[in-house]
Amino acid sequence: MQLSFNNDSVFSLRDLKEGQTGVIHHLNLPEDLACRLMELGFLPGMEVTAAKSAPSGDPRVFRVDGAEIALRLETAAQLLLFPLPLQAVK
Amino acid sequence: MSDCHPNSPVGTATSTRKSDAGEFYTVALVGPPNSGKTTLFNRLTGLRQKVANFPGVTVEHHIGRAILDTEKEVRIVDLPGVYSLAPRSEDELVTHDILHGLNADVGKPDAVLLILDSTNLNRHLVLGSPILSLGLPTLVVLNMADDLERRGGELEVAMLASQLNCPVALVSASTGAGIEKVRQFLSGATARPAHFAQRVELPILQDVPGRRQWAGRMSSLSGYRAPAPPLWTRRIDSVALHPIAGPILFFFVVLVVFQSLFLVAPPIMDAFKEAMRISGNFLGSLLPAGFVRSLLIDGIWTGVGSVLVFLPQILFLFLFIGILEDSGYLARAALIADRTMRYFGLQGKSFIPLLSAYACAVPAIMAARTIENKRDRLATILIAPFMTCSARLPVYALIIAAFIPDTPVLGRFLSLRAVTLLGLYALGFIAALLTARMLKSSILKSERTPFILEMPPYRMPGWRSLFMRLVDRSWIFVRRAGTVILIVVVSIWFLSNLPLENGNPPKIENSIVGKVGQFIEPVIKPLGFNWKIGIGLLTSLAAREVIVGTLGTIYAIENPSEKNPGLQAALQKDLDLGGALALVVFFAFALQCFSTIAIVRRETGGWKWPIVQFTYMLVVAFVSAFLVNKLTHWLT
Repeated sequence: MQLSFNNDSVFSLRDLKEGQTGVIHHLNLPEDLACRLMELGFLPGMEVTAAKSAPSGDPRVFRVDGAEIALRLETAAQLLLFPLPLQAVK
Repeated sequence: MSDCHPNSPVGTATSTRKSDAGEFYTVALVGPPNSGKTTLFNRLTGLRQKVANFPGVTVEHHIGRAILDTEKEVRIVDLPGVYSLAPRSEDELVTHDILHGLNADVGKPDAVLLILDSTNLNRHLVLGSPILSLGLPTLVVLNMADDLERRGGELEVAMLASQLNCPVALVSASTGAGIEKVRQFLSGATARPAHFAQRVELPILQDVPGRRQWAGRMSSLSGYRAPAPPLWTRRIDSVALHPIAGPILFFFVVLVVFQSLFLVAPPIMDAFKEAMRISGNFLGSLLPAGFVRSLLIDGIWTGVGSVLVFLPQILFLFLFIGILEDSGYLARAALIADRTMRYFGLQGKSFIPLLSAYACAVPAIMAARTIENKRDRLATILIAPFMTCSARLPVYALIIAAFIPDTPVLGRFLSLRAVTLLGLYALGFIAALLTARMLKSSILKSERTPFILEMPPYRMPGWRSLFMRLVDRSWIFVRRAGTVILIVVVSIWFLSNLPLENGNPPKIENSIVGKVGQFIEPVIKPLGFNWKIGIGLLTSLAAREVIVGTLGTIYAIENPSEKNPGLQAALQKDLDLGGALALVVFFAFALQCFSTIAIVRRETGGWKWPIVQFTYMLVVAFVSAFLVNKLTHWLT
């Protein structure tokens, strides 16, 4: 699976397909929610891999810091990722 | 178990030594959700609090006494899991309050057992800094050592202990390996003065990235190697969360459960029923005919027995629910259900309390504490009693066995009876969802709250703890039969035999029960019920399954001893199909459960919501039963 984007495009957890990995840049969320997600492992600089999802594709399970956490895509869209070089995206 | 024992001098652990004064020494169990606190608690205290494999099983504190070799008394307080000391939901608030000494009943703990999942150390150690900075003597318990080893993880316990400057134990709470070290800490905790040198530099609490960095540094300095990912969990999830196979698996599991309730349990139940009948006849033959024999045999034996018969089916249901909870599948079910729940204004997390409401609404209503949003929580509390709890099962099973023929629907796999039962379960679920939608689009409207749920790895159910849970369940059921149901049944027997006519018991129609029944009959006639069913409905206000006992007694008095054709046959004479279906539909919707009303009052902090809920459910039950009765008559 390939992704094409330029460095300006905003790229979030939501855009990860199953099996793809990204690195969190920042969390665009209210503070208490951001705190909870960070406590669960969604910290800037952490690698996140998209895993299985509910049958409709939403919510999806994300692997981060040795755990599997399910998030709705609307939340995942607010976790922004570093743009990755193409070869880093499997 | 609950010694409400105010430890008045609330201060730091270095203040007055409580154990010197002969008071309890209190140790709190703290840790992230699903790290195994309650499993450890049960092992240390010999108690049997509920454990399962999903985050948020424990929602209130439990107190137990540690079993130690020493004479000292150590109280263990099991707490709901937390990710930090900034609470976001009611269950996390419980932990926060107790750790800060704000709970007057428990008092401030003297020491802490910090339970962390050793397979997830980097992330779980993030909780380490807020807990260590409480300044209490702390033992860090790294749980799931067996998992860590099996999956090839490593850790130098002594190095972590020196890094954190507090003792560390690597244990497996489920197998008991390494538990001695915890016991040693507990006995030592009572003997050793509680001084805790704050030598470790801890990061600022609000700074999560800083705390995570600190945790990573601590674990890497201790030679921590994270275990390989749980392969089996991923394999199982590739089926359970498969877009097509997943839902099929889900429905298959449900069908197997329902079919087995009618396939496997009934032979056991028949044997039990036969044993009750024979023993009843035998006892009856020992007693002289008359007052005592009638009370014992027609009243107590038949009444209580007719409810006890349903124990096997209830145990089957609990076994299946237990396996689902222990395996870790429940969290996946919540994930799959989130989409649907969202449509009805709730979220996937509400699905877990709702599923456990299939066992009983009371723990389900308490489990709603894990829902962060107050309005979502209230909505979940209000709809939970619509879910088909196990107390409805005896009523459903009785009516279905008496009125629904055992015709196959899908070969031998699925009978009409199982389908009917499934339909009744679905009916409750639909009513719950529609009510949620109504509440969430009106009085309980709120911003959508995000759904965040940790997926636990799949585990084999702990068969021993599962078995003990079934034993506990049976005991609760039997005790209820021996108290509530016994009292009701005995009262019904007396009221059916009074007032005496010329020194003899009256015809049942002329007894007090008969008079009361006939007085309320006009109200329930439109539903297709006669006055005997009406008396059953009245008594079922105490608890749903009581109606079975009541009817058993009434019919036994009507047709004493040998002539008694049995409850099913008697019902067939008294109800037509319309009335029978109306009866089960009424039970599907009405809130006939004193314990539920009491717990809703406690959890919502007043009488307002339980009254609203009771009235609403009664109206829905009455109207639906009326419609079902009319519709059945019109169709047949």
